[in-house]
Amino acid sequence: MMPLQLLMRSWRGHPVRPPDSGIARRKSIWERIHIDPWLVGLLLALMAGGLLVLYSASGQRIEVVIAQAMRFGLALVGMFVLAQFSPTTFLRWAPLAYGAGLAMLVAVEIAGDIGMGAKRWLEIPGVIRFQPSEMMKLAVPLMVAAYLNRCQLPPRLRDIAVCALIIGVPVVLTAIQPDLGTSLLMAGAALIVVLLAGLSWRLISLVVALVVAGLPLLWMNMHNYQRQRVLTFLDPESDPLGSGWNIIQSTTAIGSGGLWGKGWLEGTQSQLEFLPERHTDFIIAVLGEEFGLVGMLLLLLLYVMIVGRGLWLAAASQDTFGRLVAGSIILTFFIYVFVNVGMVSGILPVVGVPLPLVSYGGTSSVTLLAGFGILMSIHAHRRLLPR
Amino acid sequence: MPKRRDTLKNPEQELRIFRVRSLLAVFVVIVLTGLLVGRLGYLQIVQHDLYSTRSEKNRVRVEPLPPNRGLIYDRNGALLAENRPTYNLTLVRERVDSLEDTLALLVELLELPEEEIEAFNIRSRQRQRPFQPALLMSDLSEEQIARLAINRHRLPGVEVEAQLLRYYPDAEMMVHALGYVGRINAEELQTLDTGRYAGTHFIGKTGVERFYESELHGQAGLRKVETNARGRVLRELGRTDPVPGANLTLTLDRSLQMLAYELLEGRRGSIVAIVPRTGEILAMVSTPGFDSNQFVTGIDVASFRALQEDIDLPLFNRAIRGHYPPGSTIKPFLALAGLVEGVITPDSTINDPGFYQLPNDSRRYRNWLRWGHGRVDMERSIAVSNNTYYYSLAHDLGIDRLHDQMSNFGFGQRVAHDVQGESTGLMPSRDWKRARFNQPWYPGETLSVGIGQGYWQITPLQLASATAALANRGHWVKPRLALRIGEDPVPLELPDTLPDIDLANENWWDRVFNGMEKVLTGSEGTARRTGVGLEYRMGGKSGTAQVFSLGQDQRYNAEELEERLRDHSLFMAFAPLEEPEIAVSVIVENAGGGSTHAARMARAMTDAWLLKEAAPEADEVKEVLEEDNGRVEGN
Repeated sequence: MMPLQLLMRSWRGHPVRPPDSGIARRKSIWERIHIDPWLVGLLLALMAGGLLVLYSASGQRIEVVIAQAMRFGLALVGMFVLAQFSPTTFLRWAPLAYGAGLAMLVAVEIAGDIGMGAKRWLEIPGVIRFQPSEMMKLAVPLMVAAYLNRCQLPPRLRDIAVCALIIGVPVVLTAIQPDLGTSLLMAGAALIVVLLAGLSWRLISLVVALVVAGLPLLWMNMHNYQRQRVLTFLDPESDPLGSGWNIIQSTTAIGSGGLWGKGWLEGTQSQLEFLPERHTDFIIAVLGEEFGLVGMLLLLLLYVMIVGRGLWLAAASQDTFGRLVAGSIILTFFIYVFVNVGMVSGILPVVGVPLPLVSYGGTSSVTLLAGFGILMSIHAHRRLLPR
Repeated sequence: MPKRRDTLKNPEQELRIFRVRSLLAVFVVIVLTGLLVGRLGYLQIVQHDLYSTRSEKNRVRVEPLPPNRGLIYDRNGALLAENRPTYNLTLVRERVDSLEDTLALLVELLELPEEEIEAFNIRSRQRQRPFQPALLMSDLSEEQIARLAINRHRLPGVEVEAQLLRYYPDAEMMVHALGYVGRINAEELQTLDTGRYAGTHFIGKTGVERFYESELHGQAGLRKVETNARGRVLRELGRTDPVPGANLTLTLDRSLQMLAYELLEGRRGSIVAIVPRTGEILAMVSTPGFDSNQFVTGIDVASFRALQEDIDLPLFNRAIRGHYPPGSTIKPFLALAGLVEGVITPDSTINDPGFYQLPNDSRRYRNWLRWGHGRVDMERSIAVSNNTYYYSLAHDLGIDRLHDQMSNFGFGQRVAHDVQGESTGLMPSRDWKRARFNQPWYPGETLSVGIGQGYWQITPLQLASATAALANRGHWVKPRLALRIGEDPVPLELPDTLPDIDLANENWWDRVFNGMEKVLTGSEGTARRTGVGLEYRMGGKSGTAQVFSLGQDQRYNAEELEERLRDHSLFMAFAPLEEPEIAVSVIVENAGGGSTHAARMARAMTDAWLLKEAAPEADEVKEVLEEDNGRVEGN
């Protein structure tokens, strides 16, 4: 018998949802629609602020802002819909989504559409254009959590080996597209699941040591543009008009903003087009220039509050699968923020990571809000016990 | 197997692990956020000034605004040097899609000749600051501008820019007085005040344009502009307007200058005219001239070589750098020297047997009239240009006193206030000969100097200046070319002016003047035919200078050789005698025929200045000169 079928049958026979308790307290309106008002409020505030900055960063093109707002709307609907499913559904569908995603990654490798020098897109012409690696950012951690949910925790070496296989295959497939940023985030999201599940410290130390030892190997297998990015990160001034340009211009934009910023639509670095990628990956430099340190701190505060609320919801989850998935989703969200801000402000090398819910672009917003949908589903479908 | 695991699951332990791990996660989140906050604080607070400056440098560009060069007028307000708009072709490489295609298209549109394409391509590749336009071609024709305009959409990054360029309406006749401007060269660039010359491409190379460079140039202004990342100017942030250069009004009289040029046209020579009382140079001509406008836009190699190799030396400014033996024209000055030193009086005489002999020397120094002029006093010595009188006078003065007295008339030194590149000429002395040839001075050489021969060399400007000082009864006013700089007149008294020449008796001036008048009007006067029909009193002195040898590297055919071995014809004059208004020196190279040519031209100059419209035209004077040909008058 196929191991996958075996796994699925056993889950079906083990319902996560407990029978309704007679002494449950009355559900609020938010609980009825399975939405966490705090989290949604914070997300809406973030998106509103993001649109404000986008208007400035896009060169005051209102049509860009409208397009982005419509994507947000669609993504919010998606989030709302996902929140209505019970976590059991995700648990059941995780292997299927994972399997389908894997198949599509292979398809991309064979017949993918080349954009920006990398094969990332799968396209059925005229019907849909789809980036399977984006979906896998959710599917892989879900799959790992689903697997670990079945194991005794902390995981034993055998289980970890299986997890490594689950993670490794799609990560490698994505990395050879090549899309290092996405593959690292995918690996990160899945590793967080394993870490939260209780990976032993000895193993963690071993893996860290292996990674450090493997860095030269990684360097040798990197594409030229990737190496260039790393070199540029180490010394942007070495090529100020070439690959160093982005980072010099973004730090200049942020630094020149000062405490209070130059004012909305007044940033010379952004408005005069010195700042590259200003409405996508480097949008936070626009914020830093126009709203200063105050604006930056407010944004970081918003992110930290979202992460805090998310962790709170994860911790309140009553079963392992929920906890692992919720924790992974929210910590991955934080990694996005950290990597993007770190890269734009010059403490991390330039990797193509957008700023969550602020950078222009549909795919990442949909994935992120889908993640929050799952998070809210996990929270809303707790067993409601009396205090 | 899975069943077994289920039974071993321990929810309590799993929750505990998760709690520990998520607390750790919270800690990591806080640390990483702190790292970001620290980095942002460092950039936005600590390093704020640095990045502010960088961002300003990005966006603000300072563009120089070159000042308009001052115009140059003659004494009556006629324009001698102006600024004309011309159109240049520039190219910004960063905005050009394909340099090869663009250049090919430009070559086709402009119909460039083969030999210029190379230079054109090189100019386009000269590395500038990013987004700085490179100059491909200057002075486009109307047709070229029109063709470029029609094809503008095919030529991104190519611009036609207007620029003011110096233009000399009367270039050929004015060039040796005015000078000209040219492109700033690498050598000049090193000594220039780059702030003042930001955006300026031209600088005065010679003449007035060079001497008054700082006044004519003005002060560059600045324009602060905001540019985007592609270098496009979006708006002006501030500007300091340039201060235009001062307009210059010269002492030159355009019509007199033109007359002098026309008189000399077709010959090699020079005419200088000065107002004795004020030192104003009315005319300063050297022929042949050349078109100085070629030097403004940049002369091509072939034309420049042609000018350089022309045996008539058009680039050579004879008026201020030409060295000529003065011949008899200096006899009035020597007479004055004799009067100052008390060697002669106006009435003292000598007897001229046709030659002069030094004591204890059998060699005879001849008068030009073989049988001699008999008894000769000072006035007659000038009128008939007697040599014996001046051999005697020179011998009595001795070379030392002669040198000192002639120096007081400005010979052997630069005399003018603002004439760029003036030569000193040569006033020989004992010291000079010792230094030059390491030989003692021989008495016979003094006699040669006494009739304006030997080592003595003057420039036409010096002769005119000395004549003006003489006409001014010994009072020196420094000759000058500038009348007003902007609105400020150039003062009459200028530093380093030569001391006045004082005679024991004021009337002696009149005696010298009388002698000079007799040159033109006396029955024995050497230029008596030139003096026919004078409507005012005029004094003058003729001279001829022998040509001893020709430059070794110059080749002439027989006819040319004969022409170029003829004597130079010289004349100096002033008029009217009572209240002199003009002093003139004329030198016509290889004119032959004694001093006739120069005398007629000097008369034409004084006529023009004193009689205005009633004076004969240049053509009429030249006709008379043709008739004169072959007849010898004076020496």
